[in-house]
Amino acid sequence: MAEMLVPVTTIHYLILGAALFLIGTLGVLSRRNLVIVLMSIELMMNGVNVNLIAFSHLWGGVQGQIFGIFIIAVAVAEAAIGLGILIAMFRNRATVQADELELLKW
Amino acid sequence: MPDAIFFYAFALMALAGAVLTVTRSNAVHSALSLICSLIGVAGIFLLQRAEFLFATQILLYVGGVTVLFLFVIMLVNLDEEALLRQFSGHVWVALLGVLGLGILAALSFRAGVQLPAGRPIAESATAGNTQSIADVLFSDYLVPFELISLVLIVAVVGAVLLARKHEDTNARGEV
Repeated sequence: MAEMLVPVTTIHYLILGAALFLIGTLGVLSRRNLVIVLMSIELMMNGVNVNLIAFSHLWGGVQGQIFGIFIIAVAVAEAAIGLGILIAMFRNRATVQADELELLKW
Repeated sequence: MPDAIFFYAFALMALAGAVLTVTRSNAVHSALSLICSLIGVAGIFLLQRAEFLFATQILLYVGGVTVLFLFVIMLVNLDEEALLRQFSGHVWVALLGVLGLGILAALSFRAGVQLPAGRPIAESATAGNTQSIADVLFSDYLVPFELISLVLIVAVVGAVLLARKHEDTNARGEV
């Protein structure tokens, strides 16, 4: 057990990234509050970033870090748009529960 | 050995924050846990010698995005929402799907546990992490960089348009 834990290798970073991504996925799939759904999406993006940085470190280049920067930029844009939609939705429907958006369902 | 201690400290921070973010019913508590998780991930970046990304993570995520979240939480007043049912009816389907994904990830880790040794990042006395990122970013990745600035512009304009109060609804006395 100890020899599995102590030399921290790339695998450990990949497991951490996968765990973050899975926790975020669980939040996106199961929460009703849209604010927390958006936060969970940020968690998923962070899991992906941990993976990219781990491989960037493994191969000794900076390409992974550059894609990490791109992901952060897209995540920020997504958060801004998502929260804008959320405010518009709260203004029109006075709710932020995901399953009360049923206008297009039948 | 100190590497391992820091890795497990930061990993614990990131994972505990993530779990709390997903499970808390109060959105403000969720946002604070998200800050904890993001700082843990930033520490992981630092351990992997990505100093520029570490600074970006702290500035943009911890300083920017979470403040935006807290701002919106205050704006939409989630006090009544915290009393409602927090998880949707198909939470068990979601758990099952995540469990399947986790098993898939574990299997792939078991199968691919022998990664190539790789190369350590070249320690250059003249070029730091930020400079080497800038060298590649502004030569090989110039077009994606410009495109991402376009994405950000569109996102800013779109967010303002979406969150803006419309005058015609205002005239009818609706908020």
